Amino acid sequence: MDSLLSYFSSLNPMTFVSQLPGNIAQGIIWGLMALGVFITFRLLNFADLTVDGSFATGGAVTAVMIINGVPAWAAALTALAAGILAGLVTGFLHTVMQIPDILSGILTQIALYSINLNIMQKANLPISYRNYDLTLSASDIPKAIVTGLVFAAAIIALMYWFFGTEMGSTIRSTGSNPDMSKAQGININTAKVLALALSNGMVALSGSLFSQYQGFADVNMGRGAIVIGLAAVIIGMVIGDAIFRKKSNFIIKLLFVVVGGILYYIAMGIVLWLKMPTDDTKLFTAVIVALFLAVPNLKEMSKNSFKRTAKKNKRLAAQGAITVDLGGSAAQEEKPAAEEKNTKKKADVKKQTTSLKKSVNDQKNVNKSVNNKKPYKKPKNKGGRH
Amino acid sequence: MLEIRDVYKTFNPGTINEKMALRGVSLKLEDGDFCTVIGGNGAGNSTMLNSVAGTWPVDNGMILIDGHDVSGLPEHKRAHYLGRVFQDPRMGTVSDMGIDENLAIAARRGKFRGLAWGVTKAEREEYREMLKEFDLGLEDRMTAKVGLLSGGQRQAITLLMATIKKPRVLLLDEHTAALDPKTAAKVLELSDKIISEHKLTALMVTHNMNDAITHGNRLIMMNDGKIILDIKGEEKKKLTVEALLAKFKEISGSNLSNDRMLLEK
Repeated sequence: MDSLLSYFSSLNPMTFVSQLPGNIAQGIIWGLMALGVFITFRLLNFADLTVDGSFATGGAVTAVMIINGVPAWAAALTALAAGILAGLVTGFLHTVMQIPDILSGILTQIALYSINLNIMQKANLPISYRNYDLTLSASDIPKAIVTGLVFAAAIIALMYWFFGTEMGSTIRSTGSNPDMSKAQGININTAKVLALALSNGMVALSGSLFSQYQGFADVNMGRGAIVIGLAAVIIGMVIGDAIFRKKSNFIIKLLFVVVGGILYYIAMGIVLWLKMPTDDTKLFTAVIVALFLAVPNLKEMSKNSFKRTAKKNKRLAAQGAITVDLGGSAAQEEKPAAEEKNTKKKADVKKQTTSLKKSVNDQKNVNKSVNNKKPYKKPKNKGGRH
Repeated sequence: MLEIRDVYKTFNPGTINEKMALRGVSLKLEDGDFCTVIGGNGAGNSTMLNSVAGTWPVDNGMILIDGHDVSGLPEHKRAHYLGRVFQDPRMGTVSDMGIDENLAIAARRGKFRGLAWGVTKAEREEYREMLKEFDLGLEDRMTAKVGLLSGGQRQAITLLMATIKKPRVLLLDEHTAALDPKTAAKVLELSDKIISEHKLTALMVTHNMNDAITHGNRLIMMNDGKIILDIKGEEKKKLTVEALLAKFKEISGSNLSNDRMLLEK
């Protein structure tokens, strides 16, 4: 009891408040990364694990270039290009080499680990704001937040425009219905590669900003990035849907991806403030993502479950509104509508009318065509050919 | 004009699931021909349509559209010449996109898709007028997500999508099989209207003998990967279900063993 009291008294709300701006700045930067994940995960329906690698690639390229005297903006642009390349590789593995989506992402990701080490020549490269002119840095958090927001606004505007164009529509239709897309003349492989390239370009750009923000690039900085990205996308989606319900549109969805990133980092801030061991943060992230992924399904289940139906029927039976005795003939008159149909069906099979008959016949036919294929004599002439 | 020239296709060759789906199918449709295709499950009806659509390459033979060999073109390139409606209403449309966006995607079939707007205001008005003629109340729900619509409505939209750019050949693959009888009749009537209005060349697979007889100007029956019957012109007009069954027996030497088809007459 005493230890609990002393634990709570040791928590200072002011430390949490003072950490908040930093959490928000990080949340915005990771929100940009999550916008990249949104393209593959939500629009293309492709679980792209490349991002763990391409996020670090963005950081690695940026650090090396800045150290070599290249201006920060040019380094960020190069990081974007490097990310696009990484996406192209995953796209190539998936479309040309026909490797399943998750596997092609993992392959590129693991390859990028070595490539990132090669770029940096060591596991960690510091780029301090004291020595270099950076786009944003943790030393000036208000500026970092503003810069982050400017990037977010620009990227959201660009995405809103692009996915409204003919080319952007091909990505959306490919993700939602590849068969239809092919039938409408869309090259779904091109659409997939395009989406992967764009997505990883954005992820690498976010990695570039993040390495500048934290003042170093690390070969492990992208570890678990996909999960954080998913967390942001899903938290944003659940909360956006809860607030806007059916009024939600594409731009609101994009905005809430960034909001999701911010909320995720605030939640992480709370966890750290509660002095939970930092070793457990990944565990915590996984739990959060699992919960948010499950929320929409649990909601649906609560409305629509066998248990619920059973309970409802039990309650009605207790009230005497329905009878649940299937064998009893005395209860015939009180039988609910569905059961009545059943008995009727048995009684006059021959008089069945069209709709009922059709479904039954279809069923039969499926069974028969599987079990009961009669060997069939070949026609002597090549009848009908011409 | 569509010509299928001696096409062969075997699925899973060399395995125990090997299935010779097409064994030398040849068919020539003139411009404006509306040909219905009938046959039991596994007879090759849908496979023949897919060979035209380019779902997979054929093993042997040629598909010619307007005299050009398209056998070497992948599905999305062949789409330039074709309009397709599938059996599953969900397959022909994108659920997550609006009615207008779906139609706009179809309207750009065969064109390069660049950075112009995916759907313009003028287009939307155009589509609204087209949907008005359908009389399904869809013209007031232009931006509604297609996933919210019924199977019949989706099939009607797919039909419009397939014909919004006049296709050289319209492929209807049991497109009313998943609908209730009333809706099926309506969609079929709509198909008839569109085909005759735009003078389209069409191939329609159906399991309903009556539909196969009453629609179109030509009827082919398939069995075991081959076309076994080809009826056109005056003969087609006089055709009855009984005559068709008798013909089948005469040619194949056995009764038509497909109960689904028999029961649906």
